[in-house]
Amino acid sequence: MKRAFFPGCSLQATGREYGISTRAVARHLDLELIEIPDWNCCGASSAHSTDELLALALPARNLALAEKMGLDIVAPCAGCFNRLRAAEVALRKPAWQTRVEQLLGMPVTGKITTCNLLDFLVNQVGPETIRRKVIRPLRGLRVVCYYGCLLVRPRALTGFDDPENPQSMDRLMLDLGATVIDWPFKTECCGGNLAIPCTDLTLKMSGQLLRRAQEAGAEAIVTACPLCMLNLDARQEEMEKFGMNLPLPIFYFTELMGLSMGLAPESLGLQCHFTDPQKLLQAKLLL
Amino acid sequence: MDLKEQMREAGVDFSACYQCGKCTASCPVAFAMDYGPRHIVRFLQLGWWDEALKSRSIWLCAACDTCSTRCPRSVNPAKMMDCLRVQAGNRRIVAEPKVKVFNDTFLHIIRRYGRIHEGELAIRFNLITGQLFKDARLGVAMLRRGKIHGMPRRIRGIGTLRRIFAQTDGRKE
Repeated sequence: MKRAFFPGCSLQATGREYGISTRAVARHLDLELIEIPDWNCCGASSAHSTDELLALALPARNLALAEKMGLDIVAPCAGCFNRLRAAEVALRKPAWQTRVEQLLGMPVTGKITTCNLLDFLVNQVGPETIRRKVIRPLRGLRVVCYYGCLLVRPRALTGFDDPENPQSMDRLMLDLGATVIDWPFKTECCGGNLAIPCTDLTLKMSGQLLRRAQEAGAEAIVTACPLCMLNLDARQEEMEKFGMNLPLPIFYFTELMGLSMGLAPESLGLQCHFTDPQKLLQAKLLL
Repeated sequence: MDLKEQMREAGVDFSACYQCGKCTASCPVAFAMDYGPRHIVRFLQLGWWDEALKSRSIWLCAACDTCSTRCPRSVNPAKMMDCLRVQAGNRRIVAEPKVKVFNDTFLHIIRRYGRIHEGELAIRFNLITGQLFKDARLGVAMLRRGKIHGMPRRIRGIGTLRRIFAQTDGRKE
């Protein structure tokens, strides 16, 4: 299977282990992800908080580039996925399409569709292919799946899972052999990009998620979003000030896929985490 | 285009709201807001635009879209917050300056390079907001983990991006 790959800014820096593990797993599953040449930032929340046309034109340039490749896009970052989809949907209106094409100076029809990596793996590559590759099941690893906001909302844009009680990551983790715990905070916001301007606010929001995950009995949280990962993983030391009993390791779902398929932890970027997962993985005999 | 029309075009129908409060009950940031989303919708129904534009809430909204997902009247409060942020920004009424500075700095970097550079974003944000050492320890830890790009590099298509920015800058429609 061949797709245009939109890594987005995070996958090369703050979320580099997401990029590393995505590429490793894709290679292992014989999936061809071809990076969109000269892609640009999707504009994220800052663009749609500033100007609607700007927020559509920035991701639309990437759609135009993928269109030249003639391939549908796979985007691992929930934020990029959401913005690319918003542009795709807006371009269906001729008025927007004309304005965006004018701005870009290149044709963009919006016929190229963007799929999130989770959707792609679970619904297009399929559970049978994934299960066949699992050689080291994550037996005894108790996890909660955390989807956050932009992966599942708004439903009209994201489409592939339920916005209140999504299941795709849960099913994937079951396929990998993990023990999946149900919890009511799957799609509760971590604070997103408020982490920089309003750090205390997001510490409360992300801190609550960590506490609820622990109360549910989880030993780790699985995520599909680099911003969620950063908020949950990088600031645990600051949260300990609130009297929380941490650490609680956070994983990208791709890292756990790689581990269960027998890939080396270093080839998945596990050493890049702030909250070291090594102890937990050793205890579960997964390292 | 006035704000009311802009909202209509964006698919925000605040007149449909019957004030059930599900948006505020669902809002993960309501605890920190001066007015919850239900309140803001009510301001708009009453024509109290200034109260809405001057509120801290529109900047603290995390754009998580939970309110819009649950609204029984399809008002789309999340989109409403977006429209209010855009308008408040254009009118330079900003009750939470740090959030606006963050957004502006973020976009400034995209305009310069085409992609984000976390290091420059953090440094510029800290300089402008006068908190030089905010997250300094985190920054060092991120550098050590290779989580901050090296020297920023421009994309080849930066000209297209500059054109997009130039033509959308301060658009008042």
